[in-house]
Amino acid sequence: MLMNIATLNAASARALDSGNLEEWPGFFLDDCLYKVTTADNHEKAYQAGLIYADSRAMLEDRVLALREANIYERQRYRHILGMPLIQVGSDGSVAAETSFMVVRTMRDGQMMVFAAGVYLDRVMRDADGAWRYAERIVVCDSQRIDTLLAIPL
Amino acid sequence: MDQPVHSQVGAWPPGLTRIPFWVYRDAGIAHHEQTRIFEGPDWHFLCLEVDVLQTGDYRTTMMGAMPVVVARAEDGEVVAFENRCAHRGSLICLDDGGRVKDFHCVYHAWRYDLRGNLTSIAFRRGVNGQGGMRDDFDMTQHGPRKLRVTVQCGLVFGTLSAETPDFEAYIGPEIMVRLRRVLHKKVEVIGRFTQQLPCNWKLYMENVRDTYHASLLHTFFATFKITRLSQGGGVMVSDNGVAHASTTLAAAQGPDTAYAGLRADNQDLKLRDPGFMAAVPEFGDAINLQILSIFPGFILQQIHNALAVRQIVPRGVDTMDLHWTYLGFADDTPELRTMRLKQGNLAGPAGFVSMEDGAVGGFVQRGIAAADGEAAIVEMGGAGAEGAATRATEASVRGFWKAWRARMGV
Repeated sequence: MLMNIATLNAASARALDSGNLEEWPGFFLDDCLYKVTTADNHEKAYQAGLIYADSRAMLEDRVLALREANIYERQRYRHILGMPLIQVGSDGSVAAETSFMVVRTMRDGQMMVFAAGVYLDRVMRDADGAWRYAERIVVCDSQRIDTLLAIPL
Repeated sequence: MDQPVHSQVGAWPPGLTRIPFWVYRDAGIAHHEQTRIFEGPDWHFLCLEVDVLQTGDYRTTMMGAMPVVVARAEDGEVVAFENRCAHRGSLICLDDGGRVKDFHCVYHAWRYDLRGNLTSIAFRRGVNGQGGMRDDFDMTQHGPRKLRVTVQCGLVFGTLSAETPDFEAYIGPEIMVRLRRVLHKKVEVIGRFTQQLPCNWKLYMENVRDTYHASLLHTFFATFKITRLSQGGGVMVSDNGVAHASTTLAAAQGPDTAYAGLRADNQDLKLRDPGFMAAVPEFGDAINLQILSIFPGFILQQIHNALAVRQIVPRGVDTMDLHWTYLGFADDTPELRTMRLKQGNLAGPAGFVSMEDGAVGGFVQRGIAAADGEAAIVEMGGAGAEGAATRATEASVRGFWKAWRARMGV
């Protein structure tokens, strides 16, 4: 089980880090919740996110907007993932907590620790038996975002 | 305001249609902005009234570089004072907010009441008859600087100056109507985020007031007809240049070719889940977008149902923090709240629209690195700073400079 979750995490991170953004929504169920928030907002139970999507289609739209609409300087991410801490629920879904760190490299070579935090995931099998995210809450440790958050975390 | 600021880098071209680039780069200008603007006769947004609902609630904030505490005093009044101990200057409050009986400085335990009055000094009488303060030390003569405070539509504003005019006179009656239109009942905070922008704070405020750029820089707006200059709406600017409000009416029916050929016009772009773009009418009018700003650093945003206040805090000549507070109303239905959460994707550091606003100030800051002798052109819509029935104008940007120059004597 641990390997299933770790592999899903690694594949999702690879899609973002390698620039294959179109692949990334495929790691989510059709009905899903993806939210990027911060530790402070999470503790206070504030509902809003920096990114808030309650369907895979909204994730696809975000990728489409990043490709076709939005202006941002060329950049790439490198996700460093911790080992998932998992708990299997009675319905077969898995709750997973995974630390992450993202280093952002800009087109001029400038690198920074762009974000660090924890993924709070609920993972389930889809109709074909593949493990997919039903919910991914990205809780960033810092509430400060440098310039903009374009590529999802 | 008596003595003009003598810049070492150049003079201001005549009129309001040119902005010399040194104004975004000069450390001397930034220093004078702190004393003349952030500590001067302007109303500065401090926090929301709901941040300090009960007696003893406090919230820390900034007026430019100056740290400030806002608190609810025993008599129910919202008060504010500099977050600086009278003794050695340490911060009095170290957290974003909370609830306290009184305040004390951690350094030497000097205590303050909820209004920022100094109430006790540790070991004032010394220890075992030795040391301590002189008997004639008068605690009433020492304390952090206190602010005048006004609460308007659930927003707390403060000023250090006795000369700052009444709030409604300050922003003007027209803008007051636009403020009341959105903040007409009790709000609830639904998120707080900070965006660090790599630009001088004035570049961001100009961007907010720049009604000309929105549908050109932001493809998302134009393609989905959230705002195009060919839609109805306009911009109003207070006579003193202090406040502005721009509005966009819901899109008219029928084809619109005003943007044909521009990059922002991308009619092939189709959302798979466009449901979140449908605004729920909640203000009793056809305005689906209103951006309101108050000099120097406050913005109120209504983009469909995505409501937020933004506060500008300069952090040096070429860096600033933008503090976003996302809002709902306390009586939101679950459906309306969900709509706000989904439309939150438009704004903020990851917003389909505003992520570009976060970057474009940095593009200017980097572009002008060697251009202290050059000037920006703001001539769209003429040379004045009056309101207009179109957004194809830079009147509101000129209004900002009218207010800025009046304070800086430049």
